[in-house]
Amino acid sequence: MDLVTRRRFLLASGVAAGGALAAGAGAISFAELFNSTDPEPAAPAEGGAGGTLVLVTLYGGNDGLNTVIPYADPAYRKARPELAYRSKDVLRLDKNLGLNPMLRGLRRLWSDKRLAIVLGAGYPRPDRSHFRSMDIWQTASPAGPVSTGWVGRWLDGTKAPLAAAVSFEPVLPPLLVGRTRVGACVSYRGLTLPEWVQPDLVAALGRGQPDEPEMQRRAAASYQDLLTMERVLKEAEQADPAEPGSESSATGTGGGNALAAQLALVTRCIEKGVPTRVYSVSLGGFDTHAQERAGHEALLRQLDQALTAFVTALGRTPAGRDVTVVVYSEFGRRVRANASDGTDHGTAGPMLVLGPRVVGGLYGEQPSLTDLDDGDLKATTDFRAVFGTVLATVLRADPARYIEGYRGELLPFLRA
Amino acid sequence: MAGDVALLLRRAGFGPTAAEIAAARQVGYAPTLATLLTPPGPDIGATQAPIPAFGPDPYVGVRAQDQRARAQADERRRSQASALGRWWLDRMTVSSHEAIEKLVFFWHGHWATSITKVKSAQLMLRHHRTIRDNAGDVARLAHRMVVDPALVYWLDGHLNTRQAPNENLARELFELFLLGIGRYDEADVKRAAQALTGWQIDLAEERSVFVPSRHRAGVKTVLGVTGRLGADELVDLLLRDRACPRFIASRLWFRYASSARPIPEDVRERMVEAFPNTLAMLRTLFEAEAFQATAGTMVKQPVEWLVGAMRQLRVRPRLATTETMTQILDGLSGLGQRPFAPPSVGGWPSGAAWLTSAAAHVRLRLAAKLARLLVPDPLTPEDVAHILGIDRWTDRTYAVLRGVTNARLLLTLGMVSPEYLVT
Repeated sequence: MDLVTRRRFLLASGVAAGGALAAGAGAISFAELFNSTDPEPAAPAEGGAGGTLVLVTLYGGNDGLNTVIPYADPAYRKARPELAYRSKDVLRLDKNLGLNPMLRGLRRLWSDKRLAIVLGAGYPRPDRSHFRSMDIWQTASPAGPVSTGWVGRWLDGTKAPLAAAVSFEPVLPPLLVGRTRVGACVSYRGLTLPEWVQPDLVAALGRGQPDEPEMQRRAAASYQDLLTMERVLKEAEQADPAEPGSESSATGTGGGNALAAQLALVTRCIEKGVPTRVYSVSLGGFDTHAQERAGHEALLRQLDQALTAFVTALGRTPAGRDVTVVVYSEFGRRVRANASDGTDHGTAGPMLVLGPRVVGGLYGEQPSLTDLDDGDLKATTDFRAVFGTVLATVLRADPARYIEGYRGELLPFLRA
Repeated sequence: MAGDVALLLRRAGFGPTAAEIAAARQVGYAPTLATLLTPPGPDIGATQAPIPAFGPDPYVGVRAQDQRARAQADERRRSQASALGRWWLDRMTVSSHEAIEKLVFFWHGHWATSITKVKSAQLMLRHHRTIRDNAGDVARLAHRMVVDPALVYWLDGHLNTRQAPNENLARELFELFLLGIGRYDEADVKRAAQALTGWQIDLAEERSVFVPSRHRAGVKTVLGVTGRLGADELVDLLLRDRACPRFIASRLWFRYASSARPIPEDVRERMVEAFPNTLAMLRTLFEAEAFQATAGTMVKQPVEWLVGAMRQLRVRPRLATTETMTQILDGLSGLGQRPFAPPSVGGWPSGAAWLTSAAAHVRLRLAAKLARLLVPDPLTPEDVAHILGIDRWTDRTYAVLRGVTNARLLLTLGMVSPEYLVT
């Protein structure tokens, strides 16, 4: 799903109708965020200090069966002969499952016990619309549409300040929309200045005037932002040369190395001690209806590089050691390939949990490839159990308060 | 009637120069408003930018199996799409009827249809002409839009059949085009989708065709009204709904007055009385005191910003090279507002959403590109304010400009200044 459909998604979820959000209330400048290193942590946790959560959304429906591969199951190859990976190519996790060959970095994290995989995550009566299904994941409400995301409700419940939840995506996801509060949307694109423009002139234009209108002041702040972000990203690139740098194209489809750039900013914010508790980042393009193999591999390679660099960097600082990453997509894809060497919209898929506090391993049960629901996998773990665990363990909040119908099960993939 | 005529010119049109503002002040607010909304005589400026003729869509007659012919047709479509974008930018810049041109742009963002999916410049141009010909009448425009081939294709209306209903177009007709969210229920959408079944697109003829065998005939109930509903009956029903004129009034307010403050009830009700006459609704809006109170709150949309600057600097897009124009259009993409390519059926963003650091970067480059097309005489900060129609620089910007001697750099900085981005 590209930027276009993601915007549409925001509208479809009904959260864009609110006046405050429509007027860009959720937009703060990067400089404001970056300089908000308040000694008091934002949104004081209900049960003592908690950690930081980074949610990685894979838009478009990631093919779970070609991400965590049931390579030993003959039904896998039979259902998708052109798309299936051979046993000898997968990066084995155990005698049944292996990672896609592109996920070398994640395989290393697995060996280090820093990667947990929740198998067969989904929800009852799956919806195969991108918009509706992503809406269900982000609002954690499979029963019916609601206007708030689960992180948004947590923002409401903790009366969180603006910087408590931050999105580095082009548009604010419904996930971060509460009834009274919304997360902040920080743009990360456009990172180099034309050479003939002296930065000091731009910096001077960026100084707000006490008597100028609010929008004019914001316009000024955008120039300050440009310079701040350019500096921060340059530092991030120098600190870790493996990180790809800025985007040259501004078309904003969420592709390219956007995820690496977003996570590089998260890294800098965490190292600087920014009081943000939840970061939302994303990678798009997983809607692989045709000629899936090459496209999906390119995306998984990006995902692998970006996540591995990020988790490695977390080890560098004390704050980093309290960070947990959760990766999810709105649905998996059909077990059987379609006629165009791709796959159509499916149901359950694996969720990844990474970070220093993670207890590595497999959680839940791999869905059967033969006992299907109209050609699709039957979910074995309700995704709300994963988000609930994260609310309890990382954000130190009561999951039942923010996820309706939460039944209190905590998955043991995080050290308290 | 009193009021700041400069605000009127900036909001109703594109970018007035200081000379134009001074002239309008001489004439007065009411006569200026009348001239803007009902310009006397034909659009002389627009004769320099006639509507392009592309010939038939390159895909007409191409067989589905012929890969090479398809690739060539794709290539021609891309080049025509680019030419279409360049043409409208040029037309907006040279038009003498700037408020009408801006109203067409308003409706483009309202019935937001994108060439990125439609692909055909022919269908998009037809869609555009339909908006242009009916911009002054909400009802006439709605009737034509609901069966407009580009819009139908954009919202999968051609896939909406008796056997396999597709609710995309019906839902947006309620939510985004005519009523606003929450003024209907799911059953209404479902029945409306049935009323809209049966339309197909004839690419060669550039029109939509009603195929009775694909239509779900029979009695349907929508918004409490029961009858044999087709596309026209459905649109009539929506136009008669109490919510419709109020929704359209609020959308006009959102783009012309304030995207942050809701429309005051009294202004809205007065605008409703003028429905479906768009120009009369706009006149009511511009005459309202509440409109004057919105000064300094609206962020210019990128197209307003660019076209305004080109008008003030007398840059003719058509006289620039195709390469330069393509770069300018790409710059608009980077700013998030390429004409004929809204990001979604929800239309363009607004307010602070245009003020990201990414936009700041693209804006700097684009302003520089425009300035490079000129060979300006030496300029002072006061000259730049005069050219760009800025009432007064803040101390900050004045201090920056005073230190610059290069005239092109001065114009560039003026165009990107915070003062120039807000009306």
